[in-house]
Amino acid sequence: MAYSVIVNGQRFDVDLPGDVPLLWVLRDELGLSGTKYGCGVSACGACTVHMDGEAVRSCQVALEDVAGEVTTIEGIGTPDALDVLQKAWVAHQVAQCGYCQSGQIMQAAVLLAANNAPSDAEIDEAMSGNLCRCGTYGRIRAAIKTAASEMRGE
Amino acid sequence: MGRIKKYTRRAFIVSSAAVAGGVAFGVYMSKKPLENPLKPEAGAVTLNPYLIIDQEGVTIIAPRAEMGQGVQSMLAALVAEELDVAWEDVRVLHGPAAQAYYNGELITGHAEYEDGKRSAWQEFVRDAMDVVPKTLGLQVTGGSTATIDAFEKMRLAGATAREALKLAAAERLTGPLRTENGQVIGADGSAIAYAELAEAAAKIAPPEDVILRPSSEWKYLGRDMPRVDMVAKSTGTAQYGADVRLEGMKFATVRINPHLGGGMKSYDASTAEKMAGVERVIDLGNGIAVVASNTWLAFQAADAVDIDWEDAPYPATTDGLFAAIEKTLDEAPNSTLRDEGDTSLIPEGATEISAEYRVPYLAHATMEPMNATALFTGDALEIWCGNQAPLVLADKAADAAGLSADQVTVHTLFMGGGFGRRAEADVAILAAKVAKAMPDVPVKVMWSREEDMRHDFYRPAAIARMKGAVKDGEAVVFDARIAAPSVTKQSMSRIMGFAPPGPDPAHVEGAANQPYDIANYRVAGHLADVDVPVGFWRSVGNSFNGFFHESFIDELAHAAGADPLQFRFDHIAPLSPPTAKLLAAVRDMSGWTGKTPDGIGRGVAVTWSFGTPVAQVIEVANSDDGIRITKAWIACDVGTALDPRNIRAQMEGGMIYGLSAAMHGEITFANGEVEQENFPDYDALRMGTAPVTEVQVLENNPHMGGVGEPGTPPSMPALANALFDLTGKRARELPLSKLFDFAG
Repeated sequence: MAYSVIVNGQRFDVDLPGDVPLLWVLRDELGLSGTKYGCGVSACGACTVHMDGEAVRSCQVALEDVAGEVTTIEGIGTPDALDVLQKAWVAHQVAQCGYCQSGQIMQAAVLLAANNAPSDAEIDEAMSGNLCRCGTYGRIRAAIKTAASEMRGE
Repeated sequence: MGRIKKYTRRAFIVSSAAVAGGVAFGVYMSKKPLENPLKPEAGAVTLNPYLIIDQEGVTIIAPRAEMGQGVQSMLAALVAEELDVAWEDVRVLHGPAAQAYYNGELITGHAEYEDGKRSAWQEFVRDAMDVVPKTLGLQVTGGSTATIDAFEKMRLAGATAREALKLAAAERLTGPLRTENGQVIGADGSAIAYAELAEAAAKIAPPEDVILRPSSEWKYLGRDMPRVDMVAKSTGTAQYGADVRLEGMKFATVRINPHLGGGMKSYDASTAEKMAGVERVIDLGNGIAVVASNTWLAFQAADAVDIDWEDAPYPATTDGLFAAIEKTLDEAPNSTLRDEGDTSLIPEGATEISAEYRVPYLAHATMEPMNATALFTGDALEIWCGNQAPLVLADKAADAAGLSADQVTVHTLFMGGGFGRRAEADVAILAAKVAKAMPDVPVKVMWSREEDMRHDFYRPAAIARMKGAVKDGEAVVFDARIAAPSVTKQSMSRIMGFAPPGPDPAHVEGAANQPYDIANYRVAGHLADVDVPVGFWRSVGNSFNGFFHESFIDELAHAAGADPLQFRFDHIAPLSPPTAKLLAAVRDMSGWTGKTPDGIGRGVAVTWSFGTPVAQVIEVANSDDGIRITKAWIACDVGTALDPRNIRAQMEGGMIYGLSAAMHGEITFANGEVEQENFPDYDALRMGTAPVTEVQVLENNPHMGGVGEPGTPPSMPALANALFDLTGKRARELPLSKLFDFAG
């Protein structure tokens, strides 16, 4: 049966079983490979996307349960038009292997949308579901603060 | 103090490699220049294996794979520094798999702390050995060697190309000529772009007498350079192996016998074959592959295949495996690479202590699960994946597909973490088998996280029996007997078909080669013949020996009633002043006083690995939720710091990788199978549990050292020593979460 999903402002008709996770719809069906598979059990955050502005683990959202507009890393900025968070990521040279960073940025975007002056504890709280095996946490924290400051117009 | 060292690591490496490749043959072969593997398209020109110039500008080939360590940017900067091209104009590619990209440093090895005293014989050996990886075709990213190996040859590539471009311009411009921003500029200021000169330059014999610029003239090297992959990795546009997409591609996964190394008796795929999206189930001999229209559908169908597995060729439980390792301590050692004085006698009046340490098997757990994409077309095989050894991969995949290695093309993509796991060829072998069963159809073989965690080449479990003695505040005896399966013997058997005989230096690295001046000092290595697959895990032997050695040094310091930092300083300063300076650096950075208030603990450790000494101080604190790692201070000495910001990132990342393992990491076995499946039972540090970290990079080391791995070995003992300071409980077993209550 075909499902209709809106991803990054574009409507797609997807002919896959309803229990296929959004992650694998994005990656294999739509070719949006910026969203990563890390664990499949909601334990690493590499597959984080936005569903109507909320951060969700796309490995846990079945195609039939997709509600509202989906935004992926490709939808928030591009190499020629970086989002404020992406600019901060580049400025702080955050990434090492980079595989988790799409999910980190998508998670941080939701944090900053609700709170543009997060404390260290609030950053910890928001970001601790996102694993980074390279250990870039210090630079992620610094980049979030830089982006927050930018958003506050400082 | 200052006795003659019997440490002879290089001689042993020579003997094993001599068996492997034939040094004499290697010397002969190496006198022939290696063929430039670059075959640029029309309109583009290559001046050497590291450089392509076309109308759009300069492309630098950085033939080491990017797994997060920043190597592609670093290697490109070496060429760009001499070539005089603007950094933002440089494009960087990994390039093809080719012998021209051999890693000489991999076999000649790193500088040791006593390197200033390297003998003429050792120098000869070092130079002679440089030919072996060239003839074996060892294009390998590993061992923290890439920059050291490339430091001269890639700067030379840039410099000779620049001089050839100037010669090509000499007919059209009046000299003296200079180069800047991708142009040759004449005395009158008129300029010609490299792109216009490249074709003529390629016809000029490259000048042989170029002189490399002194560091005082460097524009890029020695500075914090923006990484060339940073924008792509911040926008989801970087392409990893898992992201390969080819026309008509199918999505597959594998289920391999969880009794590692065992075969498959039978399987029933009748249910799986009827499931949505499934195209085929393929018999791989030791498991099955499911080919489907979507990766997740393949995962589901693979779970539905009913398989009768053969047993594992090793003891079925963790206890059985440790018993097999422990047994070798009663047997003759494989090596005694440090043997000074007499550790069997305890000097009169000395205080003797002894202890046994144990560490578990560990998984690599790269963020990107294992995967490879393959296309078999009858007489050719193409493979796309992140990997650390493309020529080995081509060779093994060729065998699996019934082809010769020159019929295989390997495309090396970004790795979502490597840590040594992607030096193995198993992923490509399986993809080749699947592709061969699906001729003319590209197939991406994606492993589930569970399959990845349960089919690793693990960091071996290890046991150490330590004995020591202190007298008058000084260590007078240090005796270590270390037992573990040998990574070297297993990995060399996989690559070459046989294991090198003789002592295995990697098994005792981090214990036998540390710059401590102790009168009676012995380190013996015992190799356990256990068939659980083991492999290179970030820092390899140093990852367990660093913990054993630096934990026991801490025990000796406490037995001597000495401050653990000062105790280390006093024993190291006579042998390695640069290492001692690092201890002084972390003392100053952390404000170390030797005293900590209630509820706070601090530990220190220092190790020398991959040519780079690293000291770390870790601070832990009690909180309402349990113990937290609050702060860390790192000082390292890489000799010449070519990109300080990237070095700091590697040091911090290496430490966090080690702390994650020390706190949580443990692979255990039951019924011959690995019990851990996914991050919930193999967790790592996270944003809220990682320490606030400060890194200082010093340059007193007379040789350039590696940066990817040396941050890992001191982290585990520094944490255990901090926990001792906090709680009075000495951790002689990992992971620490078994002994301490950490905040989550």
